Amino acid sequence: MADSSPTTPTPFDLDYAAAPESTSIVSIAERYSLFIGGDWVEPRSEATFTTVNPATEEPLAEIAEAGADDVDRAVAAARAAFDQWSSWPGRERAKVLYRVARLLQERSREFAVLESIDGGKPIKESRDVDVPLAAAHFFYYAGWADKLGYAFPGQRPSPVGVAAQIIPWNFPLLMASWKLAPALATGNTVVLKPAETTPLTALLLAEVLQEAGMPPGVVNIITGAGATGAALVDHPGIDKVAFTGSTEVGKHIQRSLAGRDVRLTLELGGKAANIVFEDAAIDQAVEGVVNGIYFNQGHVCCAGSRLLVQESVADLLLDKLKRRLDTLRVGDPLDKNTDVGAINSLAQLDKIEELVASGVAEGAQLYQPDCPLPERGWFHRPTLFTDVSLSHRIAREEIFGPVLSVLTFRTPDEAVAKANNTPYGLSAGIWTEKGSRILWMADQLKAGVVWANTFNRLDPTSPFGGYRESGFGREGGRHGLEPYLELTDLVAT
Amino acid sequence: MTDRLDVRKTYKLYIGGAFPRSESGRTFAVEGHDGATLAHAPLGSRKDLRDAVAAARSAQGGWAGRTAYNRAQILYRIAEMLEGRSAQFIDELARGAGATGVDPAAEVRASIDRWVWYAGWADKIAQMAGGANPVAGPYFNLSVPEPSGVAVVVAPDDPPLLGLVSRLAPAIVSGNSAVVILSETAPLAALTFCEVLATSDLPGGVVNVLTGRRAELVPHAAAHRDVDVLDLIGVDDSGLRTDAERAAADSVTRVIRPRPADTDWSHDASQRPDLILASCEIKTVWHPKGR
Repeated sequence: MADSSPTTPTPFDLDYAAAPESTSIVSIAERYSLFIGGDWVEPRSEATFTTVNPATEEPLAEIAEAGADDVDRAVAAARAAFDQWSSWPGRERAKVLYRVARLLQERSREFAVLESIDGGKPIKESRDVDVPLAAAHFFYYAGWADKLGYAFPGQRPSPVGVAAQIIPWNFPLLMASWKLAPALATGNTVVLKPAETTPLTALLLAEVLQEAGMPPGVVNIITGAGATGAALVDHPGIDKVAFTGSTEVGKHIQRSLAGRDVRLTLELGGKAANIVFEDAAIDQAVEGVVNGIYFNQGHVCCAGSRLLVQESVADLLLDKLKRRLDTLRVGDPLDKNTDVGAINSLAQLDKIEELVASGVAEGAQLYQPDCPLPERGWFHRPTLFTDVSLSHRIAREEIFGPVLSVLTFRTPDEAVAKANNTPYGLSAGIWTEKGSRILWMADQLKAGVVWANTFNRLDPTSPFGGYRESGFGREGGRHGLEPYLELTDLVAT
Repeated sequence: MTDRLDVRKTYKLYIGGAFPRSESGRTFAVEGHDGATLAHAPLGSRKDLRDAVAAARSAQGGWAGRTAYNRAQILYRIAEMLEGRSAQFIDELARGAGATGVDPAAEVRASIDRWVWYAGWADKIAQMAGGANPVAGPYFNLSVPEPSGVAVVVAPDDPPLLGLVSRLAPAIVSGNSAVVILSETAPLAALTFCEVLATSDLPGGVVNVLTGRRAELVPHAAAHRDVDVLDLIGVDDSGLRTDAERAAADSVTRVIRPRPADTDWSHDASQRPDLILASCEIKTVWHPKGR
């Protein structure tokens, strides 16, 4: 009927054509062994596991699973390399790290494609965020290597020793860079364990390290799951543990290090509040909220997973937010138009679905766009819950998926009380045009990073880390050096 | 006519700015060098500890909200009050056990100077440990140290006053409140020190002080979910320490890592800005730049 009307244009398909990134630049081996002492070595455990493309459920490669013997070998290699590496002039350590940064930039497309294949994140994010930031971290910390004497006034720095670094699956290459760059700049040697679902870019990074002239044993990369990580933490030969991951595992690590003289930094979970006031630039806030929770499928520890919106603008904001959700493109991570890629693993998809079901069961109102999902692979629609109260599980527990819980508030005090009503304290967002309120709110919020009128910004010069059960210690900036240094007082006065 | 009898002191806890007895009604005898009983100190209970943490929590926001200049003046005021009563503390330290290697007069002088030293940090630590970060984008971003919240400090036995002061002053100067568990063997001078705190314009509840058995109090302090920082410097028993560190993990409580210089209390190396930062969080705040 409408079609026959002369004043109504004929509907036509506004959808984008597929724009897949070519995978020809990447070659994935059938099998990967462990990177220990500068060599690729077969695991003594003789165990392997499979890493899978979460967008297709197809196996990508067989990965060595390091056992206790292999951990022992890796720690020994790091120990053996320590005297040499720590005694290198800072200037020379800097040059190696600068080379790593440059090689990452040169091979950025290869790393981005591999990251998206192995982890499921959209290519536009791995290309524009993960890989450039990873290179930037090496570049930033390279410049510290020969300036450490200026970093802590009145104190003489020396490296801690062998650092055990355990990283998560949400930003595999970026987290490897966050961990490695400050540890190496300060003269430590490292045993790095990537997550079992996303080992490939860390293993490719091993190639880059070799090419950059990193001495053998300075960085050792061992693959495996929780048992490998536990063996590494329990190893008597380590001097420091740096862990990024879940609060549950973080607590376990802190417990198991009790009574040992091993330094620890933890970067754990979050349940960040993104707080929108009635005077905020609403369209920008909507973009910020979407970026805050749907970036990287919500697999972000600092994700803005709780939207606190002032009651007077809640309806307006929610209308706009739902309309924006309808435009998000879910699907093939390698398609350059994709906004929301694949959920990293089946286990994680199950966890997200279980928590979404609990939200429905507890009476919150579910909204999801009616977008098609690929038939294969692990995907989840961008999800929004309204009518959420503080006691709901979806408002309290970290979901680590594309699920936003919306709560309302009337006064700034109420917003602060609700934002801080969580055991976590990693990040927070404030959206208001009023500068004095931003500064007041930033003071009140118990969070290590506060984004005002923006969200999810990261930079190597900026300390990042949590309050309370989001962990302790900072990564990034001058502050990110301290966990890797012993400081001796010069006592100038 | 008999000679005048001395008026002996009833030692009490210090919680929320008041001097209560232990709710448990228990005390323990504190002995001097010669083994004679000097006084009975309150044997603090788990309930006293909870009350102390609650008082510390409710006082913390107001203390952190004061200007750094004001906190600096109050820490300096503590030094003033201690100086005025130094003779009393020298006397009390000399009678008590525990102060084996340190001359009481030197200990009191060093304690006073330590408050003066930390007082000066109140309005400087943010400039030393914070700053603007040159991010690669159109953003203004800065990092500042903030107090973590409530700190529990287990004071060492020796020296009882200087050891306590050396850990308490850096804990509170940034705006934390504190719960202190005093030395078991020589707590009396430190309990008297609470009278100094109470008359130094320090708001009630910012520092709360318990005497009692470490083995009884430390496990509860370590497991308390409303404690943000744990300083176990005074816990000599390695089993007790390990258990406390393990319990602290349940709420990811920060445990202050001791350094070798930390027990050389009279040396300047035991006063350091990184002891202030050990009970601080670094907060980074971002804002876009634009027209």
